[in-house]
Amino acid sequence: MLAPFQQLGHATLGTMQKLGRANLFICHVLTGLPEILRRIRLLLAQVYSVGVLTILLVSVSGLFVGMVLGLQGYNVLSDFGAEQTLGVMVAASLVRELGPVVTALLFAGRAGSALTAEIGLMKATEQLSGMEMMAVDPLKRIIAPRFFAGCLSMPLLASLFSMIGVMGGYFVGVGLLGVDEGAFWSQMRSRIDFYDDIVNGLIKSAVFGVIVTWIAVFEGYDAVPTSEGVSRATTRSVVYSAFAVLGWDFVLTALMFGGD
Amino acid sequence: MAGGNAGGEVLVSIRNLTFSRGSRKIFDGVNLDIPRGKITAIMGPSGTGKTTLLKLIGGQLRPDSGTITVDGRIVHELSLGRLYELRKKIGMLFQTGALLTDLNVFENVAFPLREHTKLPESMIRTLVLMKLQAVGLRGARDLMPAQLSGGMARRVALARAITLDPMMIMYDEPFTGQDPISMGVLVKLIRDLNRELGLTSIVVSHDVEETASIADYIYLISEGKVVGQGTPDAIRHSESPWVLQFMEGLADGPVPFHYPAPDYAADLLNPPA
Repeated sequence: MLAPFQQLGHATLGTMQKLGRANLFICHVLTGLPEILRRIRLLLAQVYSVGVLTILLVSVSGLFVGMVLGLQGYNVLSDFGAEQTLGVMVAASLVRELGPVVTALLFAGRAGSALTAEIGLMKATEQLSGMEMMAVDPLKRIIAPRFFAGCLSMPLLASLFSMIGVMGGYFVGVGLLGVDEGAFWSQMRSRIDFYDDIVNGLIKSAVFGVIVTWIAVFEGYDAVPTSEGVSRATTRSVVYSAFAVLGWDFVLTALMFGGD
Repeated sequence: MAGGNAGGEVLVSIRNLTFSRGSRKIFDGVNLDIPRGKITAIMGPSGTGKTTLLKLIGGQLRPDSGTITVDGRIVHELSLGRLYELRKKIGMLFQTGALLTDLNVFENVAFPLREHTKLPESMIRTLVLMKLQAVGLRGARDLMPAQLSGGMARRVALARAITLDPMMIMYDEPFTGQDPISMGVLVKLIRDLNRELGLTSIVVSHDVEETASIADYIYLISEGKVVGQGTPDAIRHSESPWVLQFMEGLADGPVPFHYPAPDYAADLLNPPA
Protein backbone atom coordinates (compact mmCIF):
# COMPACT_ATOMS: atom_id res chain seq x y z
CA MET A 1 0.00 0.00 0.00
CA LEU A 2 2.90 2.28 0.73
CA ALA A 3 4.56 1.47 -2.57
CA PRO A 4 3.35 4.57 -4.47
CA PHE A 5 4.63 6.80 -1.69
CA GLN A 6 7.94 5.00 -1.68
CA GLN A 7 8.21 5.45 -5.41
CA LEU A 8 7.34 9.12 -5.13
CA GLY A 9 9.96 9.57 -2.43
CA HIS A 10 12.51 7.67 -4.44
CA ALA A 11 11.84 9.74 -7.56
CA THR A 12 11.98 13.00 -5.59
CA LEU A 13 15.25 12.06 -3.95
CA GLY A 14 16.67 11.01 -7.31
CA THR A 15 15.69 14.31 -8.89
CA MET A 16 17.14 16.31 -6.00
CA GLN A 17 20.40 14.40 -6.18
CA LYS A 18 20.59 15.00 -9.90
CA LEU A 19 19.97 18.72 -9.44
CA GLY A 20 22.69 18.79 -6.82
CA ARG A 21 25.10 17.02 -9.14
CA ALA A 22 24.21 19.40 -11.97
CA ASN A 23 24.99 22.40 -9.75
CA LEU A 24 28.31 21.06 -8.50
CA PHE A 25 29.12 20.15 -12.08
CA ILE A 26 28.50 23.64 -13.42
CA CYS A 27 30.50 25.24 -10.59
CA HIS A 28 33.44 23.05 -11.52
CA VAL A 29 33.01 23.87 -15.21
CA LEU A 30 32.95 27.61 -14.49
CA THR A 31 36.34 27.38 -12.81
CA GLY A 32 37.66 26.36 -16.21
CA LEU A 33 37.05 29.85 -17.61
CA PRO A 34 40.57 31.28 -17.08
CA GLU A 35 42.10 28.30 -18.86
CA ILE A 36 39.64 28.70 -21.75
CA LEU A 37 40.59 32.35 -22.11
CA ARG A 38 44.26 31.36 -22.18
CA ARG A 39 43.63 28.73 -24.84
CA ILE A 40 41.07 30.55 -26.90
CA ARG A 41 41.43 28.11 -29.79
CA LEU A 42 39.70 25.40 -27.79
CA LEU A 43 36.72 27.72 -27.48
CA LEU A 44 36.75 28.81 -31.11
CA ALA A 45 36.73 25.22 -32.34
CA GLN A 46 33.59 24.60 -30.31
CA VAL A 47 31.95 27.87 -31.35
CA TYR A 48 32.38 26.55 -34.86
CA SER A 49 30.79 23.16 -34.25
CA VAL A 50 28.10 24.39 -31.88
CA GLY A 51 27.33 27.79 -33.38
CA VAL A 52 28.52 28.19 -36.94
CA LEU A 53 27.16 24.83 -38.05
CA THR A 54 23.74 25.81 -36.68
CA ILE A 55 23.57 28.99 -38.77
CA LEU A 56 21.95 27.42 -41.81
CA LEU A 57 19.20 25.77 -39.79
CA VAL A 58 18.49 28.96 -37.86
CA SER A 59 18.51 31.14 -40.99
CA VAL A 60 16.11 28.98 -42.97
CA SER A 61 13.77 28.57 -39.99
CA GLY A 62 13.92 32.29 -39.30
CA LEU A 63 13.03 33.10 -42.89
CA PHE A 64 9.97 30.88 -42.88
CA VAL A 65 8.78 31.95 -39.44
CA GLY A 66 9.07 35.59 -40.56
CA MET A 67 7.18 34.88 -43.78
CA VAL A 68 4.37 33.13 -41.91
CA LEU A 69 4.20 36.04 -39.45
CA GLY A 70 3.90 38.45 -42.37
CA LEU A 71 1.09 36.45 -43.88
CA GLN A 72 -0.88 35.85 -40.68
CA GLY A 73 -0.26 39.34 -39.38
CA TYR A 74 -1.52 40.87 -42.62
CA ASN A 75 -4.72 38.81 -42.46
CA VAL A 76 -5.55 39.97 -38.95
CA LEU A 77 -4.33 43.57 -39.24
CA SER A 78 -6.00 44.27 -42.57
CA ASP A 79 -9.40 43.51 -40.95
CA PHE A 80 -8.80 46.59 -38.83
CA GLY A 81 -7.18 48.58 -41.59
CA ALA A 82 -3.96 48.50 -39.63
CA GLU A 83 -1.71 46.68 -42.10
CA GLN A 84 0.71 49.63 -41.83
CA THR A 85 1.74 48.28 -38.44
CA LEU A 86 2.69 44.89 -39.86
CA GLY A 87 6.38 45.74 -39.43
CA VAL A 88 5.89 46.38 -35.73
CA MET A 89 4.01 43.15 -35.22
CA VAL A 90 6.55 41.04 -37.08
CA ALA A 91 9.55 42.64 -35.38
CA ALA A 92 8.08 42.61 -31.88
CA SER A 93 7.02 38.95 -32.05
CA LEU A 94 10.41 37.95 -33.37
CA VAL A 95 12.63 40.01 -31.12
CA ARG A 96 10.69 39.46 -27.93
CA GLU A 97 9.52 35.87 -28.25
CA LEU A 98 10.02 33.81 -31.36
CA GLY A 99 13.65 34.69 -31.90
CA PRO A 100 14.91 33.54 -28.50
CA VAL A 101 12.42 30.70 -27.99
CA VAL A 102 12.42 29.07 -31.42
CA THR A 103 16.18 29.48 -31.73
CA ALA A 104 16.64 27.84 -28.33
CA LEU A 105 14.44 24.90 -29.36
CA LEU A 106 16.29 24.51 -32.67
CA PHE A 107 19.60 24.90 -30.87
CA ALA A 108 18.64 22.17 -28.39
CA GLY A 109 17.75 19.87 -31.26
CA ARG A 110 20.76 20.57 -33.44
CA ALA A 111 23.61 21.45 -31.08
CA GLY A 112 22.41 20.30 -27.65
CA SER A 113 21.68 16.75 -28.73
CA ALA A 114 25.04 16.57 -30.52
CA LEU A 115 26.85 17.77 -27.39
CA THR A 116 25.07 15.24 -25.19
CA ALA A 117 25.77 12.36 -27.56
CA GLU A 118 29.40 13.35 -28.04
CA ILE A 119 30.14 13.71 -24.35
CA GLY A 120 28.14 10.61 -23.47
CA LEU A 121 30.07 8.55 -26.01
CA MET A 122 33.36 9.96 -24.77
CA LYS A 123 32.36 8.76 -21.34
CA ALA A 124 31.22 5.36 -22.60
CA THR A 125 34.49 4.80 -24.45
CA GLU A 126 36.49 5.81 -21.35
CA GLN A 127 37.96 8.86 -23.08
CA LEU A 128 36.98 11.09 -20.17
CA SER A 129 38.31 8.59 -17.68
CA GLY A 130 41.50 8.25 -19.70
CA MET A 131 41.93 12.00 -19.65
CA GLU A 132 41.58 12.07 -15.88
CA MET A 133 44.34 9.49 -15.64
CA MET A 134 46.51 11.68 -17.87
CA ALA A 135 46.02 14.39 -15.25
CA VAL A 136 43.83 16.42 -17.61
CA ASP A 137 40.57 17.57 -16.08
CA PRO A 138 37.84 16.64 -18.60
CA LEU A 139 35.47 19.17 -17.08
CA LYS A 140 37.90 21.94 -17.95
CA ARG A 141 39.34 20.54 -21.14
CA ILE A 142 36.23 19.05 -22.77
CA ILE A 143 33.11 20.37 -21.06
CA ALA A 144 34.06 23.99 -20.36
CA PRO A 145 34.85 25.00 -23.98
CA ARG A 146 31.60 23.43 -25.15
CA PHE A 147 29.59 25.11 -22.42
CA PHE A 148 30.99 28.58 -23.03
CA ALA A 149 30.69 28.13 -26.78
CA GLY A 150 26.99 27.36 -26.38
CA CYS A 151 26.43 30.35 -24.10
CA LEU A 152 28.19 32.59 -26.60
CA SER A 153 26.48 31.23 -29.70
CA MET A 154 22.86 31.31 -28.59
CA PRO A 155 22.35 35.12 -28.39
CA LEU A 156 24.10 35.51 -31.75
CA LEU A 157 21.95 32.84 -33.36
CA ALA A 158 18.78 34.31 -31.88
CA SER A 159 19.70 37.74 -33.24
CA LEU A 160 20.31 36.22 -36.63
CA PHE A 161 16.98 34.43 -36.46
CA SER A 162 15.13 37.66 -35.66
CA MET A 163 16.96 39.59 -38.34
CA ILE A 164 16.23 37.10 -41.09
CA GLY A 165 12.68 36.72 -39.76
CA VAL A 166 12.11 40.45 -40.20
CA MET A 167 13.40 40.14 -43.75
CA GLY A 168 10.96 37.27 -44.35
CA GLY A 169 8.09 39.36 -43.01
CA TYR A 170 9.21 42.19 -45.29
CA PHE A 171 9.27 40.00 -48.40
CA VAL A 172 5.78 38.72 -47.79
CA GLY A 173 4.21 41.90 -46.37
CA VAL A 174 5.74 44.47 -48.67
CA GLY A 175 6.75 42.34 -51.61
CA LEU A 176 3.71 40.11 -52.02
CA LEU A 177 0.85 41.72 -50.14
CA GLY A 178 1.57 45.33 -50.97
CA VAL A 179 2.01 46.90 -47.53
CA ASP A 180 3.59 50.35 -47.87
CA GLU A 181 7.34 49.99 -47.56
CA GLY A 182 7.93 53.31 -45.80
CA ALA A 183 5.24 52.60 -43.23
CA PHE A 184 6.55 49.07 -42.64
CA TRP A 185 10.02 50.28 -41.65
CA SER A 186 9.20 53.62 -40.02
CA GLN A 187 6.49 52.16 -37.79
CA MET A 188 8.90 49.43 -36.80
CA ARG A 189 11.62 51.94 -35.99
CA SER A 190 9.39 54.14 -33.90
CA ARG A 191 7.65 51.38 -31.97
CA ILE A 192 10.44 48.88 -31.27
CA ASP A 193 12.40 50.06 -28.26
CA PHE A 194 16.07 49.20 -28.00
CA TYR A 195 16.07 48.40 -24.28
CA ASP A 196 12.54 47.08 -23.81
CA ASP A 197 12.52 44.86 -26.85
CA ILE A 198 15.96 44.17 -28.20
CA VAL A 199 17.97 44.02 -24.98
CA ASN A 200 15.28 42.00 -23.23
CA GLY A 201 15.24 39.59 -26.17
CA LEU A 202 19.00 39.27 -25.98
CA ILE A 203 18.83 38.61 -22.25
CA LYS A 204 16.27 35.90 -22.88
CA SER A 205 18.38 34.25 -25.53
CA ALA A 206 21.45 34.40 -23.28
CA VAL A 207 19.52 32.75 -20.44
CA PHE A 208 18.22 30.07 -22.81
CA GLY A 209 21.74 29.54 -24.10
CA VAL A 210 23.01 28.84 -20.59
CA ILE A 211 20.07 26.56 -19.80
CA VAL A 212 20.16 24.52 -23.00
CA THR A 213 23.95 24.08 -23.04
CA TRP A 214 24.05 23.30 -19.34
CA ILE A 215 21.41 20.59 -19.75
CA ALA A 216 23.15 19.22 -22.84
CA VAL A 217 26.65 18.91 -21.37
CA PHE A 218 25.40 17.70 -18.00
CA GLU A 219 23.17 14.99 -19.49
CA GLY A 220 26.12 13.80 -21.55
CA TYR A 221 28.46 13.78 -18.58
CA ASP A 222 25.90 12.12 -16.33
CA ALA A 223 24.83 9.53 -18.93
CA VAL A 224 24.90 5.85 -18.11
CA PRO A 225 27.97 4.80 -20.14
CA THR A 226 26.23 2.35 -22.49
CA SER A 227 24.64 2.76 -25.93
CA GLU A 228 21.20 2.77 -24.37
CA GLY A 229 22.27 5.19 -21.69
CA VAL A 230 23.65 7.65 -24.23
CA SER A 231 20.52 7.42 -26.37
CA ARG A 232 18.31 8.07 -23.34
CA ALA A 233 20.49 10.96 -22.26
CA THR A 234 20.23 12.52 -25.72
CA THR A 235 16.45 12.29 -25.65
CA ARG A 236 16.34 13.72 -22.14
CA SER A 237 18.62 16.54 -23.17
CA VAL A 238 16.23 17.72 -25.90
CA VAL A 239 13.05 17.15 -23.88
CA TYR A 240 14.31 18.86 -20.71
CA SER A 241 15.71 21.73 -22.77
CA ALA A 242 12.34 22.29 -24.42
CA PHE A 243 10.50 22.27 -21.09
CA ALA A 244 13.06 24.48 -19.41
CA VAL A 245 13.08 27.01 -22.26
CA LEU A 246 9.30 27.30 -22.40
CA GLY A 247 8.97 27.47 -18.61
CA TRP A 248 11.68 30.07 -18.21
CA ASP A 249 10.27 32.02 -21.11
CA PHE A 250 7.08 32.51 -19.15
CA VAL A 251 9.00 33.59 -16.05
CA LEU A 252 11.21 35.99 -17.99
CA THR A 253 8.30 37.41 -19.97
CA ALA A 254 6.38 38.00 -16.75
CA LEU A 255 9.39 39.81 -15.28
CA MET A 256 10.13 41.85 -18.39
CA PHE A 257 6.76 42.63 -19.89
CA GLY A 258 4.33 41.62 -17.15
CA GLY A 259 4.02 44.99 -15.41
CA ASP A 260 2.45 47.07 -18.10
CA MET B 1 51.79 -11.02 6.78
CA ALA B 2 50.50 -8.34 4.49
CA GLY B 3 51.49 -8.93 0.94
CA GLY B 4 55.05 -9.19 2.15
CA ASN B 5 57.55 -11.27 0.28
CA ALA B 6 57.57 -9.30 -2.96
CA GLY B 7 60.98 -7.94 -1.98
CA GLY B 8 62.61 -4.65 -2.83
CA GLU B 9 61.30 -1.16 -2.36
CA VAL B 10 57.52 -0.81 -2.38
CA LEU B 11 55.92 1.74 -4.71
CA VAL B 12 52.25 1.04 -4.11
CA SER B 13 51.00 -0.43 -0.91
CA ILE B 14 47.42 -1.28 -0.16
CA ARG B 15 46.30 -1.99 3.39
CA ASN B 16 42.96 -3.38 4.58
CA LEU B 17 41.18 -2.03 1.54
CA THR B 18 37.42 -2.33 1.52
CA PHE B 19 35.21 -1.00 -1.23
CA SER B 20 31.55 -1.59 -2.07
CA ARG B 21 29.32 -0.77 -4.97
CA GLY B 22 25.80 -0.49 -3.66
CA SER B 23 25.31 -3.44 -1.35
CA ARG B 24 27.92 -5.55 -3.14
CA LYS B 25 31.28 -5.78 -1.43
CA ILE B 26 33.98 -5.69 -4.10
CA PHE B 27 37.01 -5.64 -1.82
CA ASP B 28 37.01 -6.88 1.72
CA GLY B 29 40.31 -6.37 3.47
CA VAL B 30 42.77 -6.53 0.59
CA ASN B 31 46.48 -6.13 1.35
CA LEU B 32 49.04 -6.01 -1.39
CA ASP B 33 52.37 -4.44 -2.28
CA ILE B 34 53.66 -3.44 -5.69
CA PRO B 35 57.47 -3.45 -5.67
CA ARG B 36 59.29 -0.75 -7.60
CA GLY B 37 60.83 -1.74 -10.90
CA LYS B 38 58.98 -5.04 -11.18
CA ILE B 39 55.99 -6.31 -13.12
CA THR B 40 53.26 -7.27 -10.72
CA ALA B 41 50.21 -9.09 -12.00
CA ILE B 42 46.82 -8.97 -10.40
CA MET B 43 44.70 -11.84 -11.64
CA GLY B 44 41.28 -13.15 -10.95
CA PRO B 45 38.03 -14.12 -12.60
CA SER B 46 36.00 -11.54 -14.51
CA GLY B 47 33.97 -9.30 -12.30
CA THR B 48 36.25 -9.42 -9.27
CA GLY B 49 36.91 -5.71 -9.51
CA LYS B 50 40.41 -5.76 -10.97
CA THR B 51 39.69 -2.62 -13.00
CA THR B 52 38.16 -1.09 -9.89
CA LEU B 53 41.43 -1.73 -8.09
CA LEU B 54 43.33 0.24 -10.74
CA LYS B 55 40.84 3.10 -10.46
CA LEU B 56 41.34 3.09 -6.70
CA ILE B 57 45.11 3.26 -7.14
CA GLY B 58 44.71 6.10 -9.64
CA GLY B 59 42.43 7.97 -7.26
CA GLN B 60 39.39 7.88 -9.54
CA LEU B 61 37.47 6.05 -6.82
CA ARG B 62 37.73 6.37 -3.05
CA PRO B 63 38.00 3.35 -0.77
CA ASP B 64 35.39 2.83 1.94
CA SER B 65 38.19 2.12 4.38
CA GLY B 66 41.84 1.19 4.37
CA THR B 67 44.69 3.04 2.73
CA ILE B 68 46.30 3.10 -0.68
CA THR B 69 49.78 4.59 -0.70
CA VAL B 70 51.48 5.45 -3.98
CA ASP B 71 55.08 6.66 -3.84
CA GLY B 72 54.71 7.54 -0.17
CA ARG B 73 51.48 9.49 -0.56
CA ILE B 74 48.03 8.34 0.50
CA VAL B 75 46.05 8.71 -2.71
CA HIS B 76 42.59 9.44 -1.36
CA GLU B 77 43.83 12.13 1.00
CA LEU B 78 45.49 14.22 -1.71
CA SER B 79 43.93 17.46 -2.92
CA LEU B 80 42.78 17.45 -6.53
CA GLY B 81 45.83 19.45 -7.60
CA ARG B 82 48.26 17.06 -5.92
CA LEU B 83 46.36 14.06 -7.21
CA TYR B 84 46.79 15.41 -10.73
CA GLU B 85 50.51 15.91 -10.07
CA LEU B 86 50.73 12.29 -9.01
CA ARG B 87 48.78 11.10 -12.05
CA LYS B 88 51.30 12.72 -14.37
CA LYS B 89 53.70 10.08 -13.08
CA ILE B 90 51.28 7.22 -13.65
CA GLY B 91 50.39 5.92 -17.08
CA MET B 92 47.29 3.85 -17.53
CA LEU B 93 46.39 1.63 -20.43
CA PHE B 94 42.64 1.21 -20.63
CA GLN B 95 41.07 -1.96 -21.91
CA THR B 96 39.56 -0.10 -24.86
CA GLY B 97 42.63 2.07 -25.41
CA ALA B 98 40.53 5.15 -24.63
CA LEU B 99 42.10 7.05 -27.53
CA LEU B 100 40.56 10.41 -28.33
CA THR B 101 38.53 9.57 -31.41
CA ASP B 102 38.67 13.04 -32.96
CA LEU B 103 42.47 13.17 -32.99
CA ASN B 104 44.84 11.15 -35.15
CA VAL B 105 47.51 8.86 -33.77
CA PHE B 106 50.18 11.55 -33.65
CA GLU B 107 47.96 14.03 -31.85
CA ASN B 108 46.78 11.38 -29.41
CA VAL B 109 50.33 10.65 -28.35
CA ALA B 110 51.15 14.37 -28.31
CA PHE B 111 48.09 15.13 -26.18
CA PRO B 112 49.70 14.83 -22.72
CA LEU B 113 52.68 16.89 -23.89
CA ARG B 114 50.48 19.64 -25.27
CA GLU B 115 48.40 19.68 -22.09
CA HIS B 116 51.21 19.60 -19.57
CA THR B 117 54.25 21.15 -21.20
CA LYS B 118 55.11 24.19 -23.27
CA LEU B 119 57.62 22.37 -25.44
CA PRO B 120 58.24 23.73 -28.94
CA GLU B 121 56.57 21.91 -31.79
CA SER B 122 59.84 20.39 -33.07
CA MET B 123 60.54 18.87 -29.66
CA ILE B 124 57.01 17.48 -29.42
CA ARG B 125 57.41 15.92 -32.84
CA THR B 126 60.67 14.25 -31.86
CA LEU B 127 59.26 12.93 -28.59
CA VAL B 128 56.08 11.62 -30.20
CA LEU B 129 57.97 9.87 -32.98
CA MET B 130 60.30 8.29 -30.42
CA LYS B 131 57.38 6.93 -28.44
CA LEU B 132 55.66 5.70 -31.58
CA GLN B 133 58.89 4.05 -32.73
CA ALA B 134 59.06 2.25 -29.39
CA VAL B 135 55.70 0.61 -30.06
CA GLY B 136 56.44 0.10 -33.77
CA LEU B 137 53.77 2.48 -35.09
CA ARG B 138 55.80 5.44 -36.31
CA GLY B 139 54.36 4.80 -39.78
CA ALA B 140 50.78 4.95 -38.48
CA ARG B 141 51.02 8.49 -37.18
CA ASP B 142 48.42 9.91 -39.58
CA LEU B 143 45.76 7.26 -39.04
CA MET B 144 42.63 7.99 -37.07
CA PRO B 145 41.77 5.73 -34.11
CA ALA B 146 38.82 4.25 -36.04
CA GLN B 147 41.27 2.94 -38.67
CA LEU B 148 43.36 1.00 -36.14
CA SER B 149 42.96 -2.64 -35.20
CA GLY B 150 42.38 -3.40 -31.54
CA GLY B 151 46.01 -4.35 -31.00
CA MET B 152 47.31 -1.24 -32.74
CA ALA B 153 44.98 0.97 -30.72
CA ARG B 154 46.40 -0.52 -27.55
CA ARG B 155 49.94 0.10 -28.73
CA VAL B 156 49.11 3.74 -29.51
CA ALA B 157 47.55 4.04 -26.07
CA LEU B 158 50.73 2.54 -24.66
CA ALA B 159 52.83 5.10 -26.51
CA ARG B 160 50.62 7.81 -25.08
CA ALA B 161 50.90 6.35 -21.58
CA ILE B 162 54.70 6.65 -21.70
CA THR B 163 54.93 10.14 -23.26
CA LEU B 164 55.33 11.86 -19.90
CA ASP B 165 57.93 9.26 -18.82
CA PRO B 166 55.91 7.94 -15.90
CA MET B 167 57.27 5.95 -12.99
CA MET B 168 54.50 3.40 -13.22
CA ILE B 169 52.10 2.00 -15.80
CA MET B 170 48.88 0.23 -15.04
CA TYR B 171 47.61 -2.14 -17.70
CA ASP B 172 43.93 -3.00 -17.66
CA GLU B 173 43.38 -6.35 -19.39
CA PRO B 174 46.02 -5.69 -22.06
CA PHE B 175 45.62 -9.09 -23.73
CA THR B 176 41.86 -9.43 -23.91
CA GLY B 177 40.53 -10.03 -27.40
CA GLN B 178 43.92 -9.98 -29.11
CA ASP B 179 45.06 -12.37 -31.80
CA PRO B 180 48.20 -14.43 -31.01
CA ILE B 181 50.51 -12.08 -32.88
CA SER B 182 49.41 -8.85 -31.28
CA MET B 183 49.26 -10.69 -27.96
CA GLY B 184 52.93 -11.56 -28.46
CA VAL B 185 53.72 -7.98 -29.42
CA LEU B 186 52.06 -6.64 -26.29
CA VAL B 187 53.79 -9.17 -24.04
CA LYS B 188 57.14 -8.16 -25.50
CA LEU B 189 56.34 -4.44 -25.22
CA ILE B 190 55.27 -4.61 -21.61
CA ARG B 191 58.36 -6.59 -20.67
CA ASP B 192 60.80 -4.46 -22.68
CA LEU B 193 59.35 -1.12 -21.63
CA ASN B 194 59.44 -2.08 -18.01
CA ARG B 195 63.08 -3.05 -18.24
CA GLU B 196 64.36 -0.30 -20.50
CA LEU B 197 62.47 2.63 -19.03
CA GLY B 198 62.91 1.44 -15.45
CA LEU B 199 59.16 1.42 -14.93
CA THR B 200 56.98 -0.30 -12.43
CA SER B 201 54.12 -2.18 -14.04
CA ILE B 202 50.83 -3.44 -12.73
CA VAL B 203 49.12 -5.83 -15.11
CA VAL B 204 45.53 -6.70 -14.44
CA SER B 205 44.50 -9.73 -16.42
CA HIS B 206 42.88 -13.10 -16.54
CA ASP B 207 45.04 -14.42 -19.37
CA VAL B 208 47.06 -16.86 -17.34
CA GLU B 209 49.83 -17.89 -19.73
CA GLU B 210 50.77 -14.46 -21.07
CA THR B 211 50.62 -12.80 -17.69
CA ALA B 212 52.58 -15.52 -15.93
CA SER B 213 55.27 -15.28 -18.61
CA ILE B 214 56.09 -11.64 -17.83
CA ALA B 215 55.10 -11.14 -14.20
CA ASP B 216 57.64 -11.11 -11.40
CA TYR B 217 54.97 -11.56 -8.80
CA ILE B 218 51.30 -12.52 -8.98
CA TYR B 219 48.36 -11.75 -6.76
CA LEU B 220 45.19 -13.73 -7.24
CA ILE B 221 42.02 -12.02 -6.18
CA SER B 222 38.60 -13.56 -5.81
CA GLU B 223 35.46 -12.54 -3.97
CA GLY B 224 37.11 -9.40 -2.64
CA LYS B 225 40.10 -11.09 -1.07
CA VAL B 226 43.64 -12.02 -2.03
CA VAL B 227 43.41 -15.80 -2.33
CA GLY B 228 46.91 -16.53 -3.52
CA GLN B 229 50.20 -14.81 -4.16
CA GLY B 230 53.73 -15.60 -5.15
CA THR B 231 56.09 -15.81 -8.07
CA PRO B 232 54.61 -17.43 -11.18
CA ASP B 233 56.36 -20.71 -10.35
CA ALA B 234 55.17 -20.72 -6.78
CA ILE B 235 51.62 -19.98 -7.90
CA ARG B 236 51.69 -22.80 -10.42
CA HIS B 237 52.70 -25.26 -7.72
CA SER B 238 50.26 -23.88 -5.21
CA GLU B 239 48.31 -26.40 -3.17
CA SER B 240 45.20 -24.27 -2.99
CA PRO B 241 42.47 -25.93 -5.08
CA TRP B 242 41.08 -22.53 -6.06
CA VAL B 243 44.43 -21.31 -7.37
CA LEU B 244 44.92 -24.55 -9.28
CA GLN B 245 41.49 -24.31 -10.85
CA PHE B 246 42.17 -20.76 -12.00
CA MET B 247 45.66 -21.37 -13.32
CA GLU B 248 44.69 -24.58 -15.11
CA GLY B 249 41.38 -23.24 -16.33
CA LEU B 250 39.33 -26.17 -15.03
CA ALA B 251 35.59 -26.02 -15.58
CA ASP B 252 34.63 -27.32 -12.18
CA GLY B 253 36.21 -27.02 -8.78
CA PRO B 254 35.91 -24.64 -5.86
CA VAL B 255 34.28 -22.30 -8.35
CA PRO B 256 31.34 -24.48 -9.42
CA PHE B 257 30.40 -24.91 -13.06
CA HIS B 258 26.74 -24.28 -12.25
CA TYR B 259 25.34 -21.00 -11.12
CA PRO B 260 23.43 -21.68 -7.89
CA ALA B 261 20.07 -23.23 -8.85
CA PRO B 262 17.41 -25.48 -7.33
CA ASP B 263 17.73 -29.22 -7.77
CA TYR B 264 17.87 -30.12 -11.47
CA ALA B 265 15.39 -33.03 -11.47
CA ALA B 266 12.93 -31.20 -9.26
CA ASP B 267 13.22 -28.14 -11.48
CA LEU B 268 12.38 -30.13 -14.63
CA LEU B 269 9.52 -32.06 -13.08
CA ASN B 270 7.80 -29.16 -11.41
CA PRO B 271 7.04 -26.46 -13.96
CA PRO B 272 5.64 -23.29 -12.43
CA ALA B 273 1.86 -23.34 -12.37
